[in-house]
Amino acid sequence: MEQNIEKHTIAVLVDNEPGVLARVIGLFSGRGYNIESLTVAEVDNAAHLSRITLVTSGTRMIVEQIKAQLDRLVPVHKVRDLTDEGPCVERELALIKVAGTGDKRIEALRLADIFHAKVVDATLTSFVFELTGTTSDVNDFVALMTQLGLVEATRTGVVAMAKGQTGF
Amino acid sequence: MSEQKLTGAQIAIKALKDQGVDTIFGYPGGAVLPIYDALFQQNDIRHILVRHEQAAVHAAEGYARSTGKVGCVLVTSGPGATNAVTGLLDALCDSIPIVCLSGQVPTHLIGNDAFQEADTTGITRPVTKHNYLVKDVNDLARTMHEAFYVARTGRPGPVLVDLPKDVQFAEGVYVPPAEVKHKTYRPQTKPEIARVEEAVELMANAKRPIFYTGGGVVNSGTEAARLLTKLVQMTGFPITSTLMGLGAFPASEPQWLGMLGMHGTYEANLAMHGCDVMINIGARFDDRVTGKLSEFSPGSKKIHVDIDPSSINKNVAVDVPVVGDCAAVLEEMIRLWSARQQRNDPAALKDWWKQIDGWRARNCLNYNRSESVIKPQYALERLREALKGKDHYITTEVGQHQMWAAQFLPFDEPNRWMTSGGLGTMGYGLPAAIGAQIAHPDAVVVDVSGEASFLMNMQELGTAVQYRAPVKIFILNNKYMGMVRQWQELLHGSRYSESYSEALPDFVKLAESWNCVGLRATKVEEVDKVIEQMLAVTDRPCIVDIVVDQKENCYPMIPGGKAHNEILFGPEDSPSDATPEDGMVLV
Ligand SMILES: Cc1ncc(C[n+]2csc(CCOP(=O)(O)OP(=O)(O)O)c2C)c(N)n1
Ligand SMILES: [Mg+2]
Repeated sequence: MEQNIEKHTIAVLVDNEPGVLARVIGLFSGRGYNIESLTVAEVDNAAHLSRITLVTSGTRMIVEQIKAQLDRLVPVHKVRDLTDEGPCVERELALIKVAGTGDKRIEALRLADIFHAKVVDATLTSFVFELTGTTSDVNDFVALMTQLGLVEATRTGVVAMAKGQTGF
Repeated sequence: MSEQKLTGAQIAIKALKDQGVDTIFGYPGGAVLPIYDALFQQNDIRHILVRHEQAAVHAAEGYARSTGKVGCVLVTSGPGATNAVTGLLDALCDSIPIVCLSGQVPTHLIGNDAFQEADTTGITRPVTKHNYLVKDVNDLARTMHEAFYVARTGRPGPVLVDLPKDVQFAEGVYVPPAEVKHKTYRPQTKPEIARVEEAVELMANAKRPIFYTGGGVVNSGTEAARLLTKLVQMTGFPITSTLMGLGAFPASEPQWLGMLGMHGTYEANLAMHGCDVMINIGARFDDRVTGKLSEFSPGSKKIHVDIDPSSINKNVAVDVPVVGDCAAVLEEMIRLWSARQQRNDPAALKDWWKQIDGWRARNCLNYNRSESVIKPQYALERLREALKGKDHYITTEVGQHQMWAAQFLPFDEPNRWMTSGGLGTMGYGLPAAIGAQIAHPDAVVVDVSGEASFLMNMQELGTAVQYRAPVKIFILNNKYMGMVRQWQELLHGSRYSESYSEALPDFVKLAESWNCVGLRATKVEEVDKVIEQMLAVTDRPCIVDIVVDQKENCYPMIPGGKAHNEILFGPEDSPSDATPEDGMVLV
């Protein structure tokens, strides 16, 4: 029963308690599931709730398993498959350092402008750009910068939210 | 709420009492001394001192499985906690509710590689249903109550609470269980009625139905077993069960087909293979049961009742998933079934039973009887006769003897059969028997054992002696790790690499050295006598060394990677081409 590999973005609301991230990651490594990206931060300070966004891939049966297994973890409040539940907004933030002078430096700045990247640090020989966009926007920008003196890049991974008025 | 302050150790003990705990299995050490001190100063909870922490967990499992209550364990930090790991995983695999308290170094030393420090919550995270590290004494009572709630609710399992020593000394406020509500964990126990209706609709139109039940029914409780029996009798369908589910439906009933799976009966496996509607209640399509997945019951519609949504569609895609507690689902099924006008076509059902009776006539558990050597199956048949009418519990170790026990000992009630199914832990049976005996002091408790498995936790004989637990250790001594030898014959050209039980002790003398009773049977005609003598011992443990045929193998057998209709019946079925290459890698 061969099945297509699907990519899914899953949001998980958890108690912000010690070990909760280890439980989620341990689940993925222990059961051999893929994690393409994972982000986590507290979203409700008073209620000690954190929101995890993870991007994973697998057959339909595996993706359903992943959600059921996540839901089974004791500190997990909610699991939502944003890919399944209709359109959603997905964004990544990246910091990208480029070093160089002359034409390459000017070209880097011009491209940054086109991509709506912000300059958050500048020296006479380098820039640090901040870029927010979809994963593919960030991929494209990093690919271009590679040819213009890319020194390093760091990315948050995807955060995502369903479109429309209803909440998590 | 009283504002009276207690120490952490007192809070832990009070929480145990308020959770109804009367027995705890444990082993002391530096990091739990305050709790041991608090235990010393009270009389409500009985502490059973084991000889190894692994055995503490297995004993608690035996206690839990035979009573339906949560089993309790207390171990020290570091090696105490790591020794408990196998037991915790065993309980996780078989969904046994356990609460394990472990000592930890004081909070200010955590992370400093202190003496007997282990990252216990880290190590036990994948082997528990959930675990906690308590850093503030004022969280302790709530955490303890949560631990019990999580252990017994939904799909049961082991929960560990790690308690730093300074928290055990610190003073804090106790809260009773009633004031603790879990924030997130609320498993669904009541099924969606529409799903149950779908299931009953399928059942009523089935021509070749079968119930396939598992440990979930036992976990759900005696009411679930009663309802299952009622539904099976109302429908007239055949029923089989997994190793873990034995006893939920009475084996003495005519609808019972015996256990299914790798060493299950011919009739159970063929009926599973050929059914048109499969009603899985509280089983999990484990690989020991399904065999080759692509050929597993190819023509059937499948109903799957499970309290754990992650069990559904994990290995086998099903047609009607029903999430809920077995008892709640069975109750609805019975209600809907009773209300129905249209039921199964009686002629079709009759044909189905005719077919099943044909398979039954194959008499698959038959073995080559012998006058000169004790066959292990014969010894179990005699044990079965001797136990008739006696209030008894059976535990097992792991190996051929375990499978023979499952095949040859009938169970008419749940909670009477305790075996390590999911993990297959050699060394489980003796401590589990002690746990069951502590819970049922007047019952007969027999650990059906192999000579190799017994050696894995035989130090627990000391525990049994200390508490005058008159467990019976019924060793089917074939001087081999028989199950390993059987696989070596099947898959590795009979090269018996390291599977001979060399340098065995004299089990009779071993028993006597502990002031237990030791008995031996070497001839067929001695078996009955020895069993009779064994059952007469009621004040101390008894080891029975049944010297059995060294070469006997366990049949029927579906080799790994084969389908349910490809069964080996005995040594005459040549093992040469028995297993395809892709099956070789399976365990
Ligand atoms: C802790 C542990 N180690 C290894 C195994 C693998 N194993 C399964 S059965 C078996 C042999 C058991 O021998 P014995 O207790 O004599 O039982 P028999 O099969 O001979 O009845 C072994 C080594 C296991 N199940 N558990
Ligand atoms: Mg043996």
